[in-house]
Amino acid sequence: MFSIKKIYQPITLAEALEIYTSNPQLKIIAGGTDVLISLHHGKLDDVELLSIKNLTELTGINYLTDGTIEIGTMTTFTEIFRNEIINKYIPILAEASVSMGGPQIRNNATIGGNICNGAVSADSAPTLFVLNADLRIVNNEGVRIVPITEFYAGPGKVKLQSGEILTHIIIKKADYKGMYGKYIKFSNRKAMDIAMLSVATLGKVKNNKFTDLRIALGVSAPTPIRCTKAESFAFNKTIKEELIKQISEKTLLNANPRHSWRGSKVYREHLIQVLTERALKEIITMSGGKWHE
Amino acid sequence: MIKVTMTVNGKLYTREIPPMMRLLDFIRDELKLKGTKEGCGEGECGACTVIIDGDIYNSCMVLATSCEGKRITTIEGISGAELHPIQEAFLEVNAVQCGYCTPGMILSAKALLDKNINATEKEMKEAISGNLCRCTGYQKIIEAVKLAQKKLKKR
Repeated sequence: MFSIKKIYQPITLAEALEIYTSNPQLKIIAGGTDVLISLHHGKLDDVELLSIKNLTELTGINYLTDGTIEIGTMTTFTEIFRNEIINKYIPILAEASVSMGGPQIRNNATIGGNICNGAVSADSAPTLFVLNADLRIVNNEGVRIVPITEFYAGPGKVKLQSGEILTHIIIKKADYKGMYGKYIKFSNRKAMDIAMLSVATLGKVKNNKFTDLRIALGVSAPTPIRCTKAESFAFNKTIKEELIKQISEKTLLNANPRHSWRGSKVYREHLIQVLTERALKEIITMSGGKWHE
Repeated sequence: MIKVTMTVNGKLYTREIPPMMRLLDFIRDELKLKGTKEGCGEGECGACTVIIDGDIYNSCMVLATSCEGKRITTIEGISGAELHPIQEAFLEVNAVQCGYCTPGMILSAKALLDKNINATEKEMKEAISGNLCRCTGYQKIIEAVKLAQKKLKKR
């Protein structure tokens, strides 16, 4: 049993926004696999919850006519990794989704909850960062669109105001067309573990040069981050073993990992370089490039 | 208090419950079905696994009020006068030591085999990856799931 004073369980988004606007103290609960843990740890007392579990309009994945992929925030990780659209166009997101928790958690946990929980280790985050995903956030007055790269404010903190609900994650065609991606999660256990470090890379190779390269890291700074310095360094340079090494080293210019029981700062810095190298080699191979003579 | 109606092991229950009640508490304390175990209480161990509408969930990570209209299967619900073939298999290969993880393991295996009777060993390992066992080392459990698969195919 938890310390929950009251729970609202609306069935439409309009109703949910109405309730939230007049009760700004509410805490939103999606799948519940983070909020219920906070309750279990006694971090929330006498909380009033707004459950958005019944908002069916926020579940599912749509492929729009212009190639935009729209993911409802209440879509579970199981639904995402089994989804045809995701596997066909953005398999890297399927890869990230299946790395998360275990089957029970993936059946319950939602991608929107994963983002809004603000964890630096969120398995969906690095991948959504490299995909330049946009977030559709609504309140009673209207809609705003925020790039996910600007949504995180600090460990466990995101820029969501009271009264606002994240409804969709939007991925534009230009951000996945012709791109190859690889997500690597490094953890002590394969299942039921949180990432010690995670790397997502997404790139496009032409004439053995990176015409687009994006690298994002999880658990490497107070928020998930993009390695902008390494990315711009890589642009239009001929791919060689040496270049991959240099790119991987330059990822550290944006990273600032912390020391924790899960892994020391030095070890994490080592992992960042090694895993980036591995991920880069994978996407180079996938896109028909080569780094060795 | 919130009124909630759900089907547990084929039987329809309607109860008035407080909002903080987990599905785990509903099953154990309201319905007095003690086969579902509480391990960690925070979604790590899978001891409290139940099947909801065909998929496995940790019942400690689900609020009972959110189960309106759902069909729940607990370990008590999978057998009648005779044991379920998965239960038989667990006994036959000695896949049970302390037994605490067993109800969850069996339900995870059942959810898999119900959907995919031809599951591979890899899929079996994947299916029980959310259930921790600190006794067996998992080898016997995988053997049991394989034996259960054979038994179920023969039926």
